[in-house]
Amino acid sequence: MSPLLEVQGLAKHFPVKRGAFGFVSGHVRAVDGVDFHLGAGETLAIVGESGCGKSTVGRLVLRLLEPTAGSVRFDGEDLLVLSESGMRARRQRMQVIFQDPYASLNPRMTVGAMLGEPLMLHGLATSEATRRARVGELLELVGLRPEHARRYPHEFSGGQRQRLAIARALAVEPQLIVADEPVSALDVSIQAQVINLMRSLQDRFGMAYIFISHDLAVVKHIADRIAVMYLGKIVETATTDELFRNPRHPYTRALLSAVPLPDPTAARERALLEGDIPSAMNPPAGCRFHTRCRFVRESCRVDVPALADDGSGHATACPWWPEFPPARSLTEGSGQDQDRIRLARLQAAFVTTQTEAS
Amino acid sequence: MTATTLPNAAPVADAREENPWARAWRRLRRRKGAMFGLVVVLLFVMVAVAAPLVAPYDPIATSWSAVRKPPSWAHWLGTDEVGRDVLSRIIWGARASLSAGLVSVGIALAFGVPLGLLAGYAGGWIDALLSRIVDAMLAVPFLILAIALAAFLGPSLSNAMIAIGITATPVFIRLTRGQTIAAKVEDYVEAARAVGNPHWRIALRHVLPNIVPPLLVQASLAIAGAIIAEAALSFLGLGQQPPSPSWGSMLNSAQRFIAQAPWMAFWPGFAIFFAVLSFNLLGDGLRDALDPRHK
Repeated sequence: MSPLLEVQGLAKHFPVKRGAFGFVSGHVRAVDGVDFHLGAGETLAIVGESGCGKSTVGRLVLRLLEPTAGSVRFDGEDLLVLSESGMRARRQRMQVIFQDPYASLNPRMTVGAMLGEPLMLHGLATSEATRRARVGELLELVGLRPEHARRYPHEFSGGQRQRLAIARALAVEPQLIVADEPVSALDVSIQAQVINLMRSLQDRFGMAYIFISHDLAVVKHIADRIAVMYLGKIVETATTDELFRNPRHPYTRALLSAVPLPDPTAARERALLEGDIPSAMNPPAGCRFHTRCRFVRESCRVDVPALADDGSGHATACPWWPEFPPARSLTEGSGQDQDRIRLARLQAAFVTTQTEAS
Repeated sequence: MTATTLPNAAPVADAREENPWARAWRRLRRRKGAMFGLVVVLLFVMVAVAAPLVAPYDPIATSWSAVRKPPSWAHWLGTDEVGRDVLSRIIWGARASLSAGLVSVGIALAFGVPLGLLAGYAGGWIDALLSRIVDAMLAVPFLILAIALAAFLGPSLSNAMIAIGITATPVFIRLTRGQTIAAKVEDYVEAARAVGNPHWRIALRHVLPNIVPPLLVQASLAIAGAIIAEAALSFLGLGQQPPSPSWGSMLNSAQRFIAQAPWMAFWPGFAIFFAVLSFNLLGDGLRDALDPRHK
């Protein structure tokens, strides 16, 4: 079966202009050669620090930005060769949820007009009455009430606004939703609600998610597979369980050990990342992570590591990973347990809410 | 715990159903200056519309028995050099002044907003071209350009309106362009694209409604400027043609009698001052009421 989405060699270089005449003095390589695929109904999480290019990947996949290079095949069709109007028609099948629900809803449009718009644009509701009915249905799907259609976005709280954004994405019954940090602007208690809503909607309608996030606890809860990005490249990809159990790339290991602990007295050795993420305008030669890697070797400064799949679907862009000490010794036992406990608690909260709701 | 209410009973938003315009109106009402401006503007508009009913005399009827009479019970604001009633001429002159203000700003909006939207939204060479034209027009002082255009078009009130309208257009192009560029990068505009809106619909349905407030403020201030410009053009003989009254042309004829009949100059000047002040107060109040940063 061919995957729903297949991305190959995707790259986006933003020109940097300097001076009065706007000469291009360099390029920010926000995304620099990214490959991944996504099956129907699957959830792929893209994680990484801010500035690693994960949000840009989301926009490139939807062609909200034009890629510099690469291909995006959706259901076997290359999106990048489509005309403007051809792409507009395809947007019915792929939607987006943005990070900040205070910015992503038009403040001068009622909820009803906002949710009715995609229906009208894609010819999904021909009469005013069917459109209104569908808008009411969408509002109920995301836990709001049909009479909210008359209101304006500013009358809703952050969590409710994100529900509205989800309803807008859902309106056209897409096969793919790109969720760009959909909960990181929300309170922790609201995050759980929204994540659960997204999961239950996925169970019901079977769309695939690309879930862009920097929060590993959230990602662990929703993703089937995870791709870890660093400076415009994917450094490791594996199923969620495998990645958390068996992180290989030094960067992934550092990220996992940086998940905060609820117990401040719990001792653990942290594989801390030192220094800042280098500039994407002038990325380090060789392995891009070598400037911060605790296992750096001489060859890392020269050779560009390829993302190599070991056959099980776990791919790592580091040829040296088998020689590193096991991850467990990096994050001392207690710390690892604390992580587990925290995640278990989080999941327990999710599970109870789901059973109570159903 | 709020999480237990999932997924069908999210907490309900507080019950204040109010659209953005109703909210702006509520805030505007609290501002004394703005409400004063609004009342005076409405008063002027009503007087101008009902001029035939409220004017005590025919504004162009001359009377040799009442030349340059000071204010009296018969002529509240006095009479001019050919015995016309100043109050009646002020009332009829309000028509010329207000319509000059509204029509010329209407012309400026009709051309400036679409062109500014185009320049800001399309960007690239279209923006560069339009912006340079705007820069060139703005390099010439407002009144000089209006006078030049009015002289070129020929002296009449409608030509004066057109001249003022064209002269006021670049400001609206520039303002609309800037606001459009700012709104274009908002998430909701990107969301509108992601939903599948064509560009024209994004520009008209998503960008334009969000940039109306600053345009409204600028329009109310521009009306004040246009009233002054009309008065100036009429003063110079390029606007309203005699014997039809206009505040500017009344000032023009009054200047020769400023020592003997100061009321001839005072009342039209006062009317201009009052109308301009009111539009400015209204504009300032609108700016505050429509600013989303004020709660």
